[in-house]
Amino acid sequence: MIISVASGKGGTGKTTVSTNLAYSVQDATILDCDVEAPNAHLFLKPVIKDVVKAHVTIPKVDEKICNLCKKCMDICQFSAIAVIGKSLLVFPELCHSCMGCFEVCPEDALIKDKRLIGSVESGKSEDLNFIKGILKTGESMSPPLIKRVREHQRKKVNIIDAPPGTSCPVIASMTGADFVLMVTEPTPFGMHDLKLAVEAVKLLNIPYGIVINRSGKGDNEVNKYAEKENIPVLMEIPFDRKIAELYSNGEILAKEPVWKRKFKDLFNKISKLAEKEAAI
Amino acid sequence: MKIAVTSQGATLESKMDPRFGRAAYIMIVDSETMAFEVFDNSENANALKGAGIKTSVLISENGAKVLLTGYCGPNAFKTLHTGGLKVVNDVNGSVKEAVLAFNDGIFTYSEGPNKDGHW
Repeated sequence: MIISVASGKGGTGKTTVSTNLAYSVQDATILDCDVEAPNAHLFLKPVIKDVVKAHVTIPKVDEKICNLCKKCMDICQFSAIAVIGKSLLVFPELCHSCMGCFEVCPEDALIKDKRLIGSVESGKSEDLNFIKGILKTGESMSPPLIKRVREHQRKKVNIIDAPPGTSCPVIASMTGADFVLMVTEPTPFGMHDLKLAVEAVKLLNIPYGIVINRSGKGDNEVNKYAEKENIPVLMEIPFDRKIAELYSNGEILAKEPVWKRKFKDLFNKISKLAEKEAAI
Repeated sequence: MKIAVTSQGATLESKMDPRFGRAAYIMIVDSETMAFEVFDNSENANALKGAGIKTSVLISENGAKVLLTGYCGPNAFKTLHTGGLKVVNDVNGSVKEAVLAFNDGIFTYSEGPNKDGHW
């Protein structure tokens, strides 16, 4: 089972929910796919056993063979190849590694080169499997790294800590999940971005539900929206100084039995909803 | 010589477009006869990324040897330079004024981009 924890708005509590959820269920794997700013390790304090560099494939031209036919330039949707004058230029940072240029080159003039985009760390936090992607500073191509992180998914429970927003990295973190858990906050900003995230997850046709973090603060709009749209609110985490302090100290809320039970309940609700959907 | 000029409109009197890759129109003007061709650049202007690279290829394929524009980014400059085209940045006024000023020899060719890349 794969549960992707997403949000729309940043800073609503994705990492709080994903780390606590992973901590509360048995034999879980947590995958930190927020590769631009991974932070689940701050709470789970894993022992890292392995670090693997992540590369993407990019084309490199063999100028002796290339006849400047431009087929590679024409198929590239990202302007990563320019044929100008008597030269073929490659812009590696624009390349999405779709392999189209290699496919269409009639002369086999393109050589597979690679470009470093980041690394994947794996280890353990007690009995929890811990995986984290770290995007290289200045790099913008995160979906291939997220896919590399997700190669570590196992048969049992996988919890994905997704990046904020609704763009490609988020889609890469939700595709193929059995359930998307949306973490939001009861503010106009949280509400606005939640709607965008819901639109995205609907397109992927994955069952989803909401966790309201810092509830009791702000307004009641998220609850009203959830009711109107028939989206299950699976948990509410109150706006509470003690919870904020635990978070600030890098502590896991679910070390307290009452919260561990709540997160287990959350997991059970998710399992039921995901199963129900799978049966349809 | 054929001169590419970034333009907001489709006539010689049109004001120059300060942007290169995302210029509304590209005018390719023969500096001796003032005959010109107009290229609607809206497809490149709306490209997600790489507008400057695409527009560089467009002007090269249509015979331009010099580009007069406002701002030229690093990828566009690299592409143009590789194609053997000369660039003059920070040019403004109408398309016609720019070409006449070029003919008067008052411009010096730019040695690099004058704008950072976009993300």
